[in-house]
Amino acid sequence: MTLAYTPSNLDEALQILADHPDTVLVAGCTDLMVVDYAMGRRHDAVLDLLAVPELHGIAVSDDAISIGATTKFREILNHAEVQKNYPMLAEVAGTVGGWQIQNRATIGGNIANASPAGDSLPVLLALGAQVEVRGAAGPRIIPYEAMHLGYRRVDLRPGELITRVRIQKPAANTVQMYKKVGTRAAQAISKVVVGLCATIVDDSVAEIRIGAGSVAATPVRLDRTEARVRGARLEPSLADEAGRIASTEVAPIDDVRSTAEYRSFVLGRVVRRMLLNMISGETGPNSTAGSGS
Amino acid sequence: MTGKGGISFSLNGKAVKVDLDPMSRLLDVVREHCELPGSKEGCGEGECGACAVLLDDEPVCSCLVPLIQVRGRTVRTIEDLETGGVLDPIQEAFVEAGGVQCGACTPGILITLRALLDRNPAPNRTEVREALGGNLCRCTGYEGILRSVEALLPGGDES
Repeated sequence: MTLAYTPSNLDEALQILADHPDTVLVAGCTDLMVVDYAMGRRHDAVLDLLAVPELHGIAVSDDAISIGATTKFREILNHAEVQKNYPMLAEVAGTVGGWQIQNRATIGGNIANASPAGDSLPVLLALGAQVEVRGAAGPRIIPYEAMHLGYRRVDLRPGELITRVRIQKPAANTVQMYKKVGTRAAQAISKVVVGLCATIVDDSVAEIRIGAGSVAATPVRLDRTEARVRGARLEPSLADEAGRIASTEVAPIDDVRSTAEYRSFVLGRVVRRMLLNMISGETGPNSTAGSGS
Repeated sequence: MTGKGGISFSLNGKAVKVDLDPMSRLLDVVREHCELPGSKEGCGEGECGACAVLLDDEPVCSCLVPLIQVRGRTVRTIEDLETGGVLDPIQEAFVEAGGVQCGACTPGILITLRALLDRNPAPNRTEVREALGGNLCRCTGYEGILRSVEALLPGGDES
């Protein structure tokens, strides 16, 4: 029988983890139990993070939002402050599985599971999120672009767990765009997923961050595309060029969901369409619906 | 600290105590241990919604909920929609409007719709489709499902 720890607070959780480093951390279980059952995998000991109150809930301050690691995507989707100032995060939360999965899947779990196709991860890159982790040695703050060390590997040391995700409030003139390309609108694992955050000043792109998923071994920033766009004047030729750079700066693979060629091509089209939409001002939710065109 | 001595929760209004592995799938616990086979296993990986139950009134895939996480909480399965031999109105609507084909997806769809209607008594078609985005019908009988829901709504059943 699996030994299940249900700590009543964070200190107790960290102590258990320090004493029993092989304990498997579980939260919404929407990835873990799929593999458990398919592979007949069993765990000697698990620690239920949902039992730890400090890890749950959304705290709002004037300049940032702090999301507990075990906050469910449905809670993120329905949160007024997220909808108002972090609309891309609300949008991505609504595309993680269906209602039943959104009620269980957590943002910390999406990070720790570290799938290249994790929907929220490119959005966290684009929003410049920071991950707060804690272990017996104390807390650390990790900028999101340093979180993913390799395929399904995150910067978590033995005995550490993810406590919160902190996102600075975007400036008022920031546009946020999100696009997931999957086989169907609901419940799909992505073929390509893109989050973009840009600040426009006088028709030029003052700052831009683009995160992309399912196009490399980890979620990635599109550094070369960003470098070309940053400081440039917003015009259709820039969108064309950005799309071309984006499609060549990633290294996707062929797998059951798509091909490398398709992913590179579609990534370029999505980035191009996002920039065209910035020019036309169509930057609201689902503004990239025509990205395949 | 552990699951020793059993895990207690409320199942369809009754207190139950289950002494099984804490990582047991809730789906197996209700179907096999508690002998409530209404919830179905489709994919076993959270894609199809056939195993949906309500956990503290929120729809979840019971194939991906470990027993340890229902301790002290409330679980409702499809068996709880009927009260004293009287079907829930949503069940009546499915019978009347032909919302059931093979029936494998029906329990998950009905329990999810119950959760939707408890929050929003008059959802439009888009809201119904969004709520059911995680429920697959292998017969592709979606029109009959939507027609059944709409027959139940204010102004419905006019066609």
